[in-house]
Amino acid sequence: MSNAISISGLVKNFGHVRALDGLDLAVATGEIHGFLGPNGAGKTTTIRVLLGLIRHDAGSVALLDGDPWTQATELHRRLAYVPGDVMLWPNLSGGEVIDLLGRLRGGLDTSKKDKLLERFDLDPTKKGRTYSKGNRQKVALVAALASNVELLILDEPTAGLDPLMEAEFRACMEEDRSNGRTVFLASHILAEVEALCDRVSIVRKGKIVESGTLAELRHLTRTTISAEVTSNPGSVVGFNGVHDVRVHDHKVDFEVDSDRLDEVVRSLAPLGVRSLVSHPPTLEELFLRHYQDDVDLGSSETET
Amino acid sequence: MVGTGSLVRLILQRDRLRLAVWVILLVAVPLGTTSAFIELYPDAASREQLAATVSSSPSLVAVLGPLYDSSIGGLVTWRVGVIAAFLIGLMAVLTVIRHTREEEETGRRELLGATVIGRHAPLAAALIVAIGAGVLIGLILTGGFIGMGLPSAGSLAFGLGLAGVTATFAGLGAVSAQLTEASSSAKSIGVAGLGIAYLLRIAGDVGESSGALWVSWLSPIGWFSQLRPFAGEQWWVPALWGGLTLMLVGGAFAVSSRRDVGAGAFPPRPGPAEAGPGLRSASGLGWRLQRGALLGWGLGLGVLGMVYGGAADSIGDMLEGSPQLAQIFEQMGGEQGLTDTYFSFVVGVIALLAAAYAIRAVLRLRVEEENLRAEPVLATATPRSRWAWSHLVYGLAGPVLILALAGVLGGLTYGLISDDVTGQVPRVLAAAMVQLPAVWILTGIAMALYGLAPRHVGLSWGALIACLVLGQLGQILQFPQWTLNLSPFTHVPNFPAQEIEMVPMVLLLLVAIALTGAGLIGFRRRDIG
Repeated sequence: MSNAISISGLVKNFGHVRALDGLDLAVATGEIHGFLGPNGAGKTTTIRVLLGLIRHDAGSVALLDGDPWTQATELHRRLAYVPGDVMLWPNLSGGEVIDLLGRLRGGLDTSKKDKLLERFDLDPTKKGRTYSKGNRQKVALVAALASNVELLILDEPTAGLDPLMEAEFRACMEEDRSNGRTVFLASHILAEVEALCDRVSIVRKGKIVESGTLAELRHLTRTTISAEVTSNPGSVVGFNGVHDVRVHDHKVDFEVDSDRLDEVVRSLAPLGVRSLVSHPPTLEELFLRHYQDDVDLGSSETET
Repeated sequence: MVGTGSLVRLILQRDRLRLAVWVILLVAVPLGTTSAFIELYPDAASREQLAATVSSSPSLVAVLGPLYDSSIGGLVTWRVGVIAAFLIGLMAVLTVIRHTREEEETGRRELLGATVIGRHAPLAAALIVAIGAGVLIGLILTGGFIGMGLPSAGSLAFGLGLAGVTATFAGLGAVSAQLTEASSSAKSIGVAGLGIAYLLRIAGDVGESSGALWVSWLSPIGWFSQLRPFAGEQWWVPALWGGLTLMLVGGAFAVSSRRDVGAGAFPPRPGPAEAGPGLRSASGLGWRLQRGALLGWGLGLGVLGMVYGGAADSIGDMLEGSPQLAQIFEQMGGEQGLTDTYFSFVVGVIALLAAAYAIRAVLRLRVEEENLRAEPVLATATPRSRWAWSHLVYGLAGPVLILALAGVLGGLTYGLISDDVTGQVPRVLAAAMVQLPAVWILTGIAMALYGLAPRHVGLSWGALIACLVLGQLGQILQFPQWTLNLSPFTHVPNFPAQEIEMVPMVLLLLVAIALTGAGLIGFRRRDIG
């Protein structure tokens, strides 16, 4: 399977600020790839390099097997982009903007557009200046989703949407997945990425700190366990690979490194397990671990 | 009104540079002119000679205003008074709209509205700052004139007059800001009102001898001349500004208290659900975004051309009444010669305005980019150069249309009055068109800045102001020739007063092409945003 996006060693400086610091990224054709990171991590900068809007200082970037800077125009025919901050022309109606952006890309599926307008409950006759943030977002989403392109680049596409519309967006993504469209989804909404994405790359300070399927990422992380035992659970603190132990009478909550899980569960058994609940780490926890500053990590270590 | 004080401070903080430029410009020009006139016309005889030439030239009255006294103060009032009144009116309209409607349009007003701010506070604060700037300019000028030895009464009247004009047009800006949701439309309404006031005073002042002066009394700018600074001040005139200002401001507050924040007095109409066939390319979008401004500027400068053309004929009337004057004028190249000088002067004024349009048209690129509307277009199959051309073309072709329209209408009006349509239309048209290479230099400067130094595109306006100062005041203030040569307008032929020389035109054209090309290349290579 070829890659829709492959980036290696990407560097971008804005004056003295290094926005991207050797970023590596691979997005396979046909997958929905989550691009996770806090504000200012370099998500939008990466997207702007991919769109040929800004030049990169070092590294290599390939988009749909082309060079995003020199072949921008040809490549843009094959992709659609939804910016994080959608601004519309104040005196153009939403419908006009949708048609215009579609035509500028080289075509729009009209029946698909009509369906999307209905699904997103968007009035296309309103002028740009009268739309709310969420509705501006919908205009850009409809324009992108209704075009027959092979790659969608979405920068925090649900930022202004209400939960109902967010669900609608997810449904659209599922359909795109089955149609084989590649989606590159930058987000800091973990639930969205968790629900949609085949693979995830986590960016921090201009570098990818983690990349893989959710299953692979969970492998590197801790499982949360809540247990109720018949004897004193205090000895759990001494187990290898156990963190954040909280003991209340006979109940104990703790996190355990995934590769120590087997060992820990065996050591738990002699304590007389009455109930045992374990759940894999949510992306939230994954995320917090990666973005916790070293100071915070230190303090949580001392708790154990 | 709670919070007005802190809003005033916020406006002063945000606009400190902008307001400083206005104040310096509007103080420096009258005071500089005064010091130049004191030096140039030290004795009464030389001043009377100048006054006689001016009064016999309705064209000068049309462009600059009437002359009521041949003292230094009277000459300064004639030379810069009406222009200063026009500019200070422009400052007032733009400042008020910028801090009222524009704030609402961008949503910043809502941010403030959620804090402890009375609902009328933003409008009150904008009015206080705009009128305050006018009063400050008036005070400095009054003090400055008195310091330079001009009579106190006239100095006070001049300053009071400018403050009155400021207040009235701040009021007009406040009303315009209530009417539409878009700040650009509000500015158009305000500036159109200012333009009408200027045109009314031309019509009245030029027709003064035929009893048409009452038309000037319809114009708040005309009132400035009728206050007669240094020429037997009519102290009741400021009451006119006061009354009109109270009506306008009262009206604005009344509308403002009835409407919702963000809404205009005219409800917005829904647009089409689908894009028409014209909106299928970057150039289609460019036309959609530029057509309103092109139409407005074209109409405005076309009307100005007509008024200037109409005023040209009064030269003939004047000569019929005075055989001695006719004799002098004969030596100066006859009536035709004087008319030619007049036309080469007024097309220079129109060309500067066309250049202002051109800069504005090119800088639309920056507006689109800064407002994040360039990005979605450039992320489609639209090449950067095509997008840049979709606006740049208005900076190049727009002035052609505008100057042609002004030239044809000016020539036609003058031709109809003087029974020489076939002769005058091509002459005046050619006079307008030879200005194009100089206008395109400013287009080129704007494009070069946009492509190479996008954060400094504002310098384009600095270049235009430099051309204005050099062209309008350079000779009066006796700037050295090399500084005058910096303005491209110095190098275009003063046709029809002088023959057309091709060499400077071609050189200007080459510089304009080089600047535009550098801008386009720079833009293709730089980061967007």
